[in-house]
Amino acid sequence: MVHSHRRARVAIAALLAGAAASTAATAAARTTPPTAPSTAGTATAGTAVGSATAYADPMTNFVPDQGAKPVDCKPKDGPLKAAWVYIGPINDGGWTQAHDVGRQEVQAALGDQVVTTYKENVPEGPQVAQVLEDLIKDGNTLIFGTSFGFQDAFIDVAAKHPNVCFDFATGYKTAANVGQFYGRGEDTDYLTGMAAGAATKAGKVGYVAPFPIPEVIRGINSYALGVQATHPGATLQVVWTNTWFDPAKERAAAESLIAAGVDVVASGQDSPASGEAAKAKGLPWTGYDSDQSANFPDIWLTATNYHWGAYETARAKAVLDGTWVPGNYYGGIADGFARLAPFGKLVSADTQAKILAKQAELSAKPGSHLTGPIKDQSGKERVPAGQQISFEDLMSMNYFVEGVIGEIPSS
Amino acid sequence: MNHNLFVVIAASAIFYGTPLFFAALGELLTERSGVLNLGVEGMMLIGALFGSWASQHVGGPSWFVVLASVLIGALAAAVLAAMYAVLAITLRVNQTVAGLALTIFAGGVGLSSYLANSWHVALRPTPHPIRKLDVLGLADTPVLGPLLFNHTMLTYVSWVLAAVGWFYLFHSRTGLRLRAVGESPQTADAMGISVAGYRYAHTILGGALAGVGGVFYSLAIVPTWVDGMTKGAGWIAIALVIFGFWRPELTLAGAYLFGALSSLSLILKARNVHINGSILDALPFLATIVVLVVMSSGSMRRRLGAPAALGVPYQREER
Repeated sequence: MVHSHRRARVAIAALLAGAAASTAATAAARTTPPTAPSTAGTATAGTAVGSATAYADPMTNFVPDQGAKPVDCKPKDGPLKAAWVYIGPINDGGWTQAHDVGRQEVQAALGDQVVTTYKENVPEGPQVAQVLEDLIKDGNTLIFGTSFGFQDAFIDVAAKHPNVCFDFATGYKTAANVGQFYGRGEDTDYLTGMAAGAATKAGKVGYVAPFPIPEVIRGINSYALGVQATHPGATLQVVWTNTWFDPAKERAAAESLIAAGVDVVASGQDSPASGEAAKAKGLPWTGYDSDQSANFPDIWLTATNYHWGAYETARAKAVLDGTWVPGNYYGGIADGFARLAPFGKLVSADTQAKILAKQAELSAKPGSHLTGPIKDQSGKERVPAGQQISFEDLMSMNYFVEGVIGEIPSS
Repeated sequence: MNHNLFVVIAASAIFYGTPLFFAALGELLTERSGVLNLGVEGMMLIGALFGSWASQHVGGPSWFVVLASVLIGALAAAVLAAMYAVLAITLRVNQTVAGLALTIFAGGVGLSSYLANSWHVALRPTPHPIRKLDVLGLADTPVLGPLLFNHTMLTYVSWVLAAVGWFYLFHSRTGLRLRAVGESPQTADAMGISVAGYRYAHTILGGALAGVGGVFYSLAIVPTWVDGMTKGAGWIAIALVIFGFWRPELTLAGAYLFGALSSLSLILKARNVHINGSILDALPFLATIVVLVVMSSGSMRRRLGAPAALGVPYQREER
């Protein structure tokens, strides 16, 4: 199974500040004592829309590898030591912060049975293996990775330490002691698109997009279909920034879209900077991967938010129970992995009801918004009528659906 | 009319070029005194952080909070520059190494990130951002509105500073002395000019201006503190000094050129003009690398107008 290429993040700035490479060694490590779950990082901890009901067990979305045997990663004595390796700072307002909220949830859920640690700002490169070896030397026996570019180092180090369990987000390789986890952001992207479609008057929505990779493309396509669901005939103009995180560039991209005539702006980026451009013109805005409703009260619609904690807690418990096995987790709306951030005041009650009804539908039938007939930009049918896109096609999506304006650069 | 491609690009160039110019002007003054400070990126981040912090904690009317935030951001970066000055001027350590150390120490994964975490500055939007003004109500005037009458206060200040900087360097006595210190500290010293004094003053002033450039990111562009938010602007600023041949007015033009480059491909893509964005996006950085390479060759440096004593610590007894 081929997963996406999330977090292929190589900062140009880091190249220039060649010196920055040396800071890998100093990437901060901090430990949270077992009894004091931190309360920091509230930006992604917002309550989800319609979350009154309990979520399904995340392990219902986990497929163990064929013939996988449980791995014994239990500590000999004392609490389980679990570590998270982050590509960015824990307060990036998006990706890494959401992961750190997950870590805090594990700590809170398991109390003094676990001691959690993290390393932030770890660049994708040879340093990763060193960071992992250090964590193992410190006694960590469960390690979570959160960036695509860490994958090979994780696989290599895991082979040398059969009694350490590794769980890796957004990669595609598993091993005897390496699992993979990610989920259906595209389902909530569709719902977010519905809010944008209802908000656009001109029928033109602009999308600030990071990298042209399948995971981002399926999110954009889902978003565009959501826009068209509430505003038939509306278009989604895409601008690639070729960065996960560059606030000034994200803002410039949003400004360029506004200057080209869109009246709703969507972000697929890690920072909320595109919202500033929308705010300056008083235009509605949808975010990504964090709840910015408090920061942009006048223009906020909603956003896709990821919640990693439930799965990670289940995996930590599995280690304590001696039942941890490698496999693939692909979460969804039903188990609370992909959630909608709270609606802003621009989303009418009528639109909210429509979105919540669709949310219930997608919760029951994940990915069903990508049911044919679906045509690409050239009018060619990609998904036949009545059929839902296959998981393999979803994972390797490399075309834009009808109504998306912009091109996918050929690599 | 004001969505005309040229107007959009020009207005965007001025907006994104403004922080580059502040930082570059600061570095220009520092280099004119013979000191090469590669810590611009770090100083910008510290300025951005303290500006953001101040705008959350200073009370009073909005204009006062903004003014205080700019000054506090400038001051914080100036303190950092002063620390660098002690290393580079008094202790005469290798300036390249000390400057890089400054950027690493204060940079995206260093002090600025640490302080932002401890003070909980991150992700709290600035309650008093620096907004674009509608000067004399002319912001919507065709063409001239976006070009002249719809900028932030700091942009207008930067225009004044470009003029003042030019006058100071080339038409004032102190400016002449400053250039003498940068060209031939021995001669300047013999004339009774305090080499260390001039170098300290302009290194610290350079830091303050880099800090203002940083504040522009955290108060005008984003405007929320985000770790590492200047994303290499400090390095571009250093290159800009060379592009501008160590002259404020040319540096201003260079800043706008780089400002335009930073958003040009996005503006074109949003209009469905298909170009290879990657090359355009990489251009400022490629140019920076080329310039830094050129800088490392002594003879090229002279030809471009670099101060002769740039990067060379001054020791009175050394002849």
